[in-house]
Amino acid sequence: MRKFALTAIAAAFALTAFANASKASEGVVPPEMDWSWKGLFGTYDRAQLQRGFQVFKNVCASCHSMRYLAFRNLEGIGFNDDQVKAIAAEYDIEDGPNDDGEMFTRSGKPADHFPSPFPNAKAAAAANGGATPPDLSLMAKARAHGPDYIHALLTGYEEEAPAGVEMAEGKHYNHYFPGHQISMPPPLYGDDVEYTDGTEASIDQEVQDVTAFLNWIAEPELEARKAMGMKVLLFLLVLTAMLYAVKRKIWAKIEH
Amino acid sequence: MSAPVWNNKVVKWVDDRLPIISMVHHAAYEYPTPKNLSYMWNFGSLAGFILVTMILSGIFLVMNYTPHADMAFDSVERIMRDVNYGWLLRYLHVNGASMFFICVYIHIFRGLYYGSYKAPREVLWWIGILILLAMMATAFMGYVLPWGQMSFWGATVITNLFSAFPVIGDPLVTWLWGGFSIGNPTLNRFFSLHYLLPFVILGLVVLHVWALHAVRSNNPTGVEIKTPQDSIPFHPYYTIKDLFGMGVFLIIYLYFVFFAPNFFGEPDNYIMANPLSTPAHIVPEWYFLPFYAILRSIDFSFLGMPAKLLGVLAMFAAIIVLFVIPWLDTSKVRSSRFRPVYKWFFVLLIIDCFVLGYCGAKSPADPFMGLQGLQVITMGQLATLYYFLHFLVIMPVVGKMERPKPLPASISESVLKGGANA
Repeated sequence: MRKFALTAIAAAFALTAFANASKASEGVVPPEMDWSWKGLFGTYDRAQLQRGFQVFKNVCASCHSMRYLAFRNLEGIGFNDDQVKAIAAEYDIEDGPNDDGEMFTRSGKPADHFPSPFPNAKAAAAANGGATPPDLSLMAKARAHGPDYIHALLTGYEEEAPAGVEMAEGKHYNHYFPGHQISMPPPLYGDDVEYTDGTEASIDQEVQDVTAFLNWIAEPELEARKAMGMKVLLFLLVLTAMLYAVKRKIWAKIEH
Repeated sequence: MSAPVWNNKVVKWVDDRLPIISMVHHAAYEYPTPKNLSYMWNFGSLAGFILVTMILSGIFLVMNYTPHADMAFDSVERIMRDVNYGWLLRYLHVNGASMFFICVYIHIFRGLYYGSYKAPREVLWWIGILILLAMMATAFMGYVLPWGQMSFWGATVITNLFSAFPVIGDPLVTWLWGGFSIGNPTLNRFFSLHYLLPFVILGLVVLHVWALHAVRSNNPTGVEIKTPQDSIPFHPYYTIKDLFGMGVFLIIYLYFVFFAPNFFGEPDNYIMANPLSTPAHIVPEWYFLPFYAILRSIDFSFLGMPAKLLGVLAMFAAIIVLFVIPWLDTSKVRSSRFRPVYKWFFVLLIIDCFVLGYCGAKSPADPFMGLQGLQVITMGQLATLYYFLHFLVIMPVVGKMERPKPLPASISESVLKGGANA
């Protein structure tokens, strides 16, 4: 058994080290932040997610789409039925065709998805100096270091490029963006929104809140997943200990 | 082995007409198993368990997946967000693939260490390699299905390999794609084959177990079962040991599923496939990295054959060579436990495979492990050379030169003397 445990631990270490060492590395490593959802017991902070949603819809959403966000999903960040209906109703949604064969516009319903700011990627690129603002639904999973990267990127702008760096037209210097030349101008300056819960909208606060929101929309199942995982692992630990005891008992008389 | 007597009338009625109950009784109950198997012998049944897990989770995923280039990515996200416990199904399936390869690789290296490929187990070993090949094809095509950036570009790189073959190369690639680039027809056929191949694997597993039960299990001493005292019935001894192993395995597997579900994945695959934008680094899944390193390490042409063709041949040869090791290994002794010299070469082979994996993950021009002056490509070439050297030179030569330690007379003797260190 001791040998078994040692082998298992050694294998786990080798595997983890190997997997980490062999991750394709690129860019500057962003500082690691202490997010509320980290760790075995981490959960989202509903108030923070709601603030993050406010930053997203007032700032990010003017250029970025969020295709996988339906208004009904907002119940997951603590809005109730009526609030979700009210938020959805703020938006005009194209629907149809109706019985006359015409497309028409109506106010949004909870089942609708968050409307995209541009009709297609070409239109988005044309309005943004040739670069398409990416959809943000999965951003926290689609970049190495996920939320740490988003946080670092949003706070990583420099007013001046370092000496000797030739900036292309319409690009902005960002310390964490691969290649350092990003098309997105600095999106947040502080006081870009007036938080409904009265929190001071410093740039740091805004960045952390919107990053939390982006992580939630990328992993809305996170809390359910971890809660179930805890129960499953506890059950398995007890079951495995019992199986080991039975195994010892059955093998007791066998010289092996 | 006498036929069991069934007291239950229904069981007896069925068994007299189709002796399936007797067959299962022989295979999973009476099967005389060496009494000295270590925990390294748990990984075969574990691999079988994951195969079933993969097939079951896969069947339910298919109920919600849309194999169309325009809809596949969205349908996977729908599974993650709107299907009840869809995230659980998908994370079980995704991490299950990694776990399957971990178990199978350990299973293979166990076979290599204890000489489980030697007579009379050659056919058993061959079927195992066929299972590995079928697994690789299945895993590769499965990785394409979510239609993310790595799906698309991984598929582009790997299918393009076939263009290396002279004359037939380009038509072959067009045929594989079902068009002139990776597209919807490619996705459709990969989906079809990804559903088919697991059942081929299942069939091969049946053959694998059949062959195993014909030649019996090897064991840490490599000495065959000689007397009834050397073996114990499979049930309850190994059923309970396998169950315990399964508990430990499930804790590790489900830890990843629930707490680090994207640990083995590439972030780029959460970006929808875009034929107009190539990712900065195209890397295969971790379980292909050593083979990818072998492929890339050939950057020179030889005997008029271009580097690409040689790389492809080397990559396939890395697996094909396993088919002939029953004859490349000249040692009279099975188990490396009694092979004081070969044992260390075996350790080197394992290190070599990790080095290859590391090289497969990095850009060829990067410094190896941060060592300036040693490029990944150079280290990959050395590791590739050693890989083939191990099987083609070290195995036959050491087998002849080495003086093995004395073998125990029987499994029972090794156990009683405590000489087994188990």
